[in-house]
Amino acid sequence: MILSQFVILGAALFSIGVYGVLTRRNAVLVLLSVELMLAAVNINFVAFDVYFQDAIAGGQIFSLFIIAVAAAEVGIGLAIVLLIFRNRQSANVDELDLMKL
Amino acid sequence: MTEFLANAGSWILAASESGEAAKLSDGGVLASMAWLIPVVPMVAAFAIVFWGKKMPYKGWDIAIAVMAFEALYGTALLLSHISSPIAHDFQIEIAKIGNMPIEWGWSVDGLSIMMYFLVGVVGFLVFLYAKGYMEGDIRFTWFFASFTLFAGGMLVLVSAPNMIQLIVGWELVGVSSWLLIGHYWEEHENSSAAIKAFLTNKVADVGLFVGAIIVSMSVGSFRFGDILDAVESGAAEAPMLAQFAFWGGLALFIGAMGKSAQFPLHVWLPDAMAGPTPVSSLMHAATMVTAGVFLVGRMFPLYLTEGFATEVRSIIIIVGALTLFLTGLIALVQDDIKKVLAYSTLSQLGYMTVAMGAGAYTAGLFHLFTHAFFKALLFLGAGSVIHSVHSNNMSDMGGLKKDMPYTYWTFVVGSLALAGILPFAGFFSKDEILASLRYASGEFGVADGGGALATIVLALAIAGAFITAFYMARTVFLTFHGEYKGHGHPHESPRIMWVPLVALAVPSAVIGFINIPGVTEVFTKLVGGREVKVLDHHAESFDGLVLVLGLIAALAGIYLGWRIWGPDKETQQERDTFRVDGLYPLLENKYYIDDFYMDGVVRPIRGPVARAMDWFNGHVLDFIVNGAGLLAKAAGRVVYWFDQRGVDGAINASGAITGAGGGVLRLLQTGKVQQYAVLIFAATVILVGGLVIWF
Repeated sequence: MILSQFVILGAALFSIGVYGVLTRRNAVLVLLSVELMLAAVNINFVAFDVYFQDAIAGGQIFSLFIIAVAAAEVGIGLAIVLLIFRNRQSANVDELDLMKL
Repeated sequence: MTEFLANAGSWILAASESGEAAKLSDGGVLASMAWLIPVVPMVAAFAIVFWGKKMPYKGWDIAIAVMAFEALYGTALLLSHISSPIAHDFQIEIAKIGNMPIEWGWSVDGLSIMMYFLVGVVGFLVFLYAKGYMEGDIRFTWFFASFTLFAGGMLVLVSAPNMIQLIVGWELVGVSSWLLIGHYWEEHENSSAAIKAFLTNKVADVGLFVGAIIVSMSVGSFRFGDILDAVESGAAEAPMLAQFAFWGGLALFIGAMGKSAQFPLHVWLPDAMAGPTPVSSLMHAATMVTAGVFLVGRMFPLYLTEGFATEVRSIIIIVGALTLFLTGLIALVQDDIKKVLAYSTLSQLGYMTVAMGAGAYTAGLFHLFTHAFFKALLFLGAGSVIHSVHSNNMSDMGGLKKDMPYTYWTFVVGSLALAGILPFAGFFSKDEILASLRYASGEFGVADGGGALATIVLALAIAGAFITAFYMARTVFLTFHGEYKGHGHPHESPRIMWVPLVALAVPSAVIGFINIPGVTEVFTKLVGGREVKVLDHHAESFDGLVLVLGLIAALAGIYLGWRIWGPDKETQQERDTFRVDGLYPLLENKYYIDDFYMDGVVRPIRGPVARAMDWFNGHVLDFIVNGAGLLAKAAGRVVYWFDQRGVDGAINASGAITGAGGGVLRLLQTGKVQQYAVLIFAATVILVGGLVIWF
């Protein structure tokens, strides 16, 4: 098996995710980009696990954890987005500048 | 119960027949636990203050339980004392002045046992009655707290084995008396009566303090035991005491004159009737006013031993005679039923004092003992009448005989006992005093040249017996006979009020039998059972002459009373026209003694003192207060300046610096999440890139 293919896929996917987080204005798409980054991490975990033939399959177990946590995170994230939308009739991230008063 | 009574009877018989006094015992556990007698009511008084209102009967239940305990303990001690005389004395040191220890303790001997019994039994009945009388009073709980405090104070006084404790009890009684006389303080008159009683007693208390200091210092001990031992050892053995005994004894007697309301310090007692009737009954008739007589009885050997204070006896006897005669006359013109009884109390206290002065220890205390029962009864009866007709004045009463049968019959028993009619208690005690006076006029004469004095006093005492019977007849006829002159419909008092009346009527009728000269001598043994030898003359048989004269005087008084105020007189006017010109205004104004005290003593002192105090207040105190105020103001100004400039400056400066720093840093912020994310990402890339290049 060729490790580099998976690592390159992971890096590409992560970069796409970073790009999406930094540029997308819609909060839903920002969340979606975060998911892409998490998926890239998962690919790396699984790839290195198989590559090193880990006896307890730690990488695969971690990726399962990450999937579960990511699902929870998206659940909360979408709920927040929904509430923001209800309050402000918009889910644009660049309009959420309440951090500075 | 019957078995118990039979036992008690056999004890009394045994005591009266045994002849020679048995050896004194230490009284066992009953005497060694007698400290409970003064302590329990003192504790209970505070318990009532704190928890009384939460009790089902609002504190009365605690009070009556305490008095039941006192009555039982007093009776138990009395019975055990009669069967074998007790003389127990315990003292524990609590402080020291120089090398004289101040001690607290209790003494259990004939004199104190009699008082425990009296306070317990009469007090129990009066407390029972007070529940009915005070029902609905706004300060019901407080009343019973102070009343219990009074009982405790009186028991501290009578249990005292030394001068210091006696004074403590004396003052406790004084202060609770002040509280209780002023119970209805909403009316100014009542609170002034309380202050008058307190201050009059204070005047006399100076005498008590001086006397206590003189006597104790010259003996070197506050203990009664040591003082009386010194007296017993004779003038040669105790020269210091012998030298000062006259002044010490006189000063102590002045103290006694205050509490026992002797002429001319008697003015507080009639005014003390402002208190609720149970108070008048227990404090100003049965127990508290006996404190003075008790004190003289306690110190009796001092007054009777040759070489000590024997000269004081003449003064005692004169004061007593003046009191018994003059105050008895005032009782004749009073309209307030309680005032009549108050003046009658003064008169009877005069009898006791006369007896003490004549050297008749037993007779004086016996009259104290019987008087406590029938005077408590008369006051409670008067209270029952007042409760029913809502007035103190006999001009609002009359004809109550059929409406209030229990009150009427018990009142009659009390009146006959007070008047000294044959089988009733007062007869025996009064007769014993008269007989002692006659004896003294024989004995006294040789030793002190005072035989004539005793004879005059005897004549006054017989005249006093006539007056006593006269005013009691007047009271009974005006209150219970004739036609009702008040408003509303009188009714018999509730059962809780008439039961104590009946219970007191029984001893008022029969208790005289315990000391019939030549037949029984239970009481003589009772009060004679002390560690010191009380040099007392006790009659072995009746003195026929004074017996007849006394009885004739009493019967004549009743007859004359009946002639003037009797029920067959037709109209009110006829009774009211009975006036002796000249004498009447004098009596009505109480010999102007109160006016003299007010205009001659109180006002001349009060005016300058008030002016001096005003000047002192306006100049000295105000100067000090204003100066302190100005000083504080200046200091405040300095502190204010420092606070504003120093402390506030430092705090404001730190705040301003923080604010300014924040303002500068604020410029860095945009609030846009994605910008922050870009910065974080860029920083991460740079760090990671740096690390990669580094390694």
